[in-house]
Amino acid sequence: MRDLAVLFKGNNPARLLGGLGVTLKLSLVSVALSVALGLAVGVLMTLKNPVIRAVMRLWLETVRIVPQLVLLFLVYFGMAKAFNLQMSGETAAVIVFTFWGAGEMGDLVRGAITSIPRHQSDSGAALGLTRGQVWRFVLLPQAGRRLVPQAINLATRMIKTTSLVMLIGVVEVLKVGSQIIDAARYDAPQGAVWVYGAVFLLYFLACWPISLLARHLEKRWAC
Amino acid sequence: MGNSVLEIRNLKKGFDGNGVLDGISLAMGDGEVVVVVGPSGCGKSTLLRCVNGLETPDSGEILLDGAPIGGMDMVQVRRQIGMVFQSYDLFPHMDVLGNLSLGPVKALKRPKAQVEAEAVEALGRVGLADKLHALPRQLSGGQKQRVALVRAMLMQPRLLLLDEITAALDPEMVREVLNVVLDLARDGRTMLIVTHEMRFAEAVADRVLFLEHGRIVEEGQPAEFFHHPRTERARAFLDTFEFDTVKKT
Ligand SMILES: Nc1ncnc2c1ncn2[C@@H]1O[C@H](COP(=O)(O)OP(=O)(O)OP(=O)(O)O)[C@@H](O)[C@H]1O
Ligand SMILES: [Mg+2]
Repeated sequence: MRDLAVLFKGNNPARLLGGLGVTLKLSLVSVALSVALGLAVGVLMTLKNPVIRAVMRLWLETVRIVPQLVLLFLVYFGMAKAFNLQMSGETAAVIVFTFWGAGEMGDLVRGAITSIPRHQSDSGAALGLTRGQVWRFVLLPQAGRRLVPQAINLATRMIKTTSLVMLIGVVEVLKVGSQIIDAARYDAPQGAVWVYGAVFLLYFLACWPISLLARHLEKRWAC
Repeated sequence: MGNSVLEIRNLKKGFDGNGVLDGISLAMGDGEVVVVVGPSGCGKSTLLRCVNGLETPDSGEILLDGAPIGGMDMVQVRRQIGMVFQSYDLFPHMDVLGNLSLGPVKALKRPKAQVEAEAVEALGRVGLADKLHALPRQLSGGQKQRVALVRAMLMQPRLLLLDEITAALDPEMVREVLNVVLDLARDGRTMLIVTHEMRFAEAVADRVLFLEHGRIVEEGQPAEFFHHPRTERARAFLDTFEFDTVKKT
């Protein structure tokens, strides 16, 4: 219990929050880029062109099969060696998470679009709506309702996965936690449980409201 | 006939080399109700879908009020033709009022308030006045199809196409939907109807077409067609709906 104090020692609270800030910043940038790219990618994924299909398939399988950590090492260390490209850990992280997120997001978009039955667009057309109006009033609103909760869940997964970037030298919330524990190794040997507990709480506070929102929207929009 | 609402001349349509419609010709006068019957897969849905341009014919001509639709903008054509399908095809993300007003407001650009007043009125006539703000998923199948009929009618179409609109319904709901169609027939609506409900077909039709393998095999008055079919094919088809000659032994 005594070692709880390590959390509040010096500027530790501020450092932890700063770490959380780095986590959220990385996540936010990656999620925003993933959503923007994923919308375009998803539309590409619905196309019947065999070349585009194969490329998309390969991409999606890659980001699903290869662990994100391997991708991070590949971009951060591998690129640096191979092309003499020095980039910051944060840049490497954004590249990898966007590569991953845009692929997953694209697949969600594809799923949302193709899950709408054919007769929905037929009925819209039969009402004399133009193609654009059918998309705007009939198809996209339905695709959106399916997509948004899933996209939010993807975002929470991305926030959690950013913890990996400490391994390429980015000081985010988990790394700050480790540093605090290391520094207090002798004064507060039991500090780890409190510090990791605090990190747990911070992740929870960041992701829980987002999950709740996703669940709420899912229920409200169920068809 | 110079004053046909719909005229079809030698319509042909196939999918991937398989002929589905093999030269259909038909003329429908104002206020006429034509019922199309025939075995599954004979091309009934394809015929209706060609008429409002959801499928493109391979050859032949379709004229709406004397004008060939081939040269017209299909969106304009569809605004004059209402269609209701077998599947429940209400828009699930909109309430009943939203479903009813979408076409008139967005496609016909009519004033919203006026359209909504008409929608309320029309909904009352099919016994669904209290469902104005219900979502489709809160309605029974029969209620959904009645809403779909009202939705098509609010476009004030010149012609109404109905493709087995009761086929997915539980038996006890069929009647409430068919009653609405009978009312429309009494109001003098021009309708081309595909159905498997033979009793209803006999009641509502001015003329019956029997379609098989993409051709009109027999055509006649309902009383004549259902009780004294001229062709062996029609007789065999109608027999499949009779159970009195079948014994359980
Ligand atoms: N989009 C399509 N692509 C390929 N084949 C099709 C398509 N639409 C219909 N067909 C085929 O055309 C034939 C006629 O189909 P259609 O739906 O018009 O029959 P139907 O008379 O309406 O049958 P049912 O009574 O079962 O509804 C069928 O063999 C069907 O498989
Ligand atoms: Mg059919």
